[in-house]
Amino acid sequence: MSAKATRDSFGETLKALGETNPRIVALDADLSCSTKSGVFGKAFPERFFQMGIAEANMIGTAAGLSFTGYIPFLCSFGAFITGRYDTIRVSVGYSKANVKIVGTHAGLGIGDDGYTQMGLEDINVMRGIPGMVVLQPSDHFSTVGAVKFAAQHEGPVYLRLTRQKLPALYKSESDFTFGKASVLKEGSDVALLGSGAGTAECMAAAEKLNGQAWVVDFTTIKPIDRDLIRMLASRVKLITTVEDHNIVGGLGSAVAEVLAEEGFSGKLLRLGVQDVYGESGDPAALYEKYGFSAGKIVEQVRAYL
Amino acid sequence: MDQIISKLQGIAAECRVDILTMLEAAKSGHPGGSLSVIDLVVALYFHEMKQDPKRPDWDERDRFVLSKGHGVPAMYAALVQQGSIPKSELSSLRQINSRLQGHPDRVIFPWADASTGSLGQGLSIAQGLALGMKLSGKPNRVFCIIGDGETQEGQIWETAMSAPKFELNNLVVFTDCNNGQIDGHVTEVMELNPLADKWKAFRWAVHEIDGHDYRQILGALEMSRKETSKPTMILARTIKGKGVSFMENNIGWHGVAPNAEQLQKAIAEIRGAKR
Repeated sequence: MSAKATRDSFGETLKALGETNPRIVALDADLSCSTKSGVFGKAFPERFFQMGIAEANMIGTAAGLSFTGYIPFLCSFGAFITGRYDTIRVSVGYSKANVKIVGTHAGLGIGDDGYTQMGLEDINVMRGIPGMVVLQPSDHFSTVGAVKFAAQHEGPVYLRLTRQKLPALYKSESDFTFGKASVLKEGSDVALLGSGAGTAECMAAAEKLNGQAWVVDFTTIKPIDRDLIRMLASRVKLITTVEDHNIVGGLGSAVAEVLAEEGFSGKLLRLGVQDVYGESGDPAALYEKYGFSAGKIVEQVRAYL
Repeated sequence: MDQIISKLQGIAAECRVDILTMLEAAKSGHPGGSLSVIDLVVALYFHEMKQDPKRPDWDERDRFVLSKGHGVPAMYAALVQQGSIPKSELSSLRQINSRLQGHPDRVIFPWADASTGSLGQGLSIAQGLALGMKLSGKPNRVFCIIGDGETQEGQIWETAMSAPKFELNNLVVFTDCNNGQIDGHVTEVMELNPLADKWKAFRWAVHEIDGHDYRQILGALEMSRKETSKPTMILARTIKGKGVSFMENNIGWHGVAPNAEQLQKAIAEIRGAKR
């Protein structure tokens, strides 16, 4: 399996689901070519709703559709869709609407377009909505598994996807299990915890840490895999979280909450965007500048040890 | 027709009494906007909507979204009048562990088709319901009531734009034009006029009526059934606090409950007018 953008895996999977499940519908706000909801829309035009550049109305419309038995996937950039927070909070969250919110263009990884197009605080706000499941697959197969899970799960889901290609980490869609993080590599006294694009950086960093580092991939961010974090806390002295998201409210925060509650004698290092805004640039150069490229991970882990 | 109207007026009078009684018991809530909207709500529940008072989850029912969620006492009162919920339950309004929330909650209260209260959102939900009906080939209609103050929300205009595109002739919306909102008159806080021209420009079928005149309310609803592609917007001119002289057109009664003495005075007026 070659490298692939998770948004592409999403578009194909949604189309495949549409062939067997007539209840699946999709909505987009003028970004269907970018979010890949257009792949579904082309195959099932009668079940695809182009809402124009009007995200709040799209969210409410999806909620209404779900109340008549449909399973709407509403799609936009994560930055834009989660910016309509109160509409999601009331029309989807509080209403227990069976709506799947797909936010693509996660993080600095989009590169050139710059900060306003980057979902960098989206996990933070979605995690704060009671009952909202937050998923962030890290490659093709985990995306296929996550999309299929979202379709059959009864309740709201936020699915965060990348614009850029990510290397293959899994061999089958069944490697995705809701609520479970996956140990991709066993190590000794250091654990690298990644999600989304961050996981590939963890894998590359682990190569340079001479078998010292565990690599664990969190395809589900909410609910977080408490058992696995507890297990790691009993074995390692340094836990490092890596995510293409603000360190406030994302994977790092979720892990910190569990470590504080369960007790951890080691240290936690949260890598990602350090509570600042992003900027335009080459994705690899941005990961380097903002401190969570594989090289920067290795550097910071070594400095800690 | 006169008989029908007289029946609806009688039901509305009892609803007005129940609205004020439950608000007095709760010691909070929104009398002004509940009294302005009640005639529209009664027309829907007791004349227009296909529904079963005993089966809130009946799949073949029409849907109703009260987007101006603070007017929910009007809905609770109508549900009591049609025997869906017991009158005794009204005293639980706004109390802890009650399903009669201060604004409608579809999760714990099966008679609410949408959870509303954050203004501007219910109309989009109503559009989604109407779209779902069309998609599944069902003949059911979706009714929605928004406030004139609520119309200041940007999301309302997003739906104004989209519902005609989807040819939702099964979507019928009332605007409760009582010209009142918390901070003053709508015309002063943020002018909306010419409101009918705006909705017409967005390609809706628009009717302007007196929202307390059942002949006009039922007439506009009758017209809405004949639409073949356009959604319907009925701009209903109403009076905030309608039916109680000391509340009518008084912004002070937007979000303040009557005390026991005021309640008795109001009930006497409402019952007196009915006779």
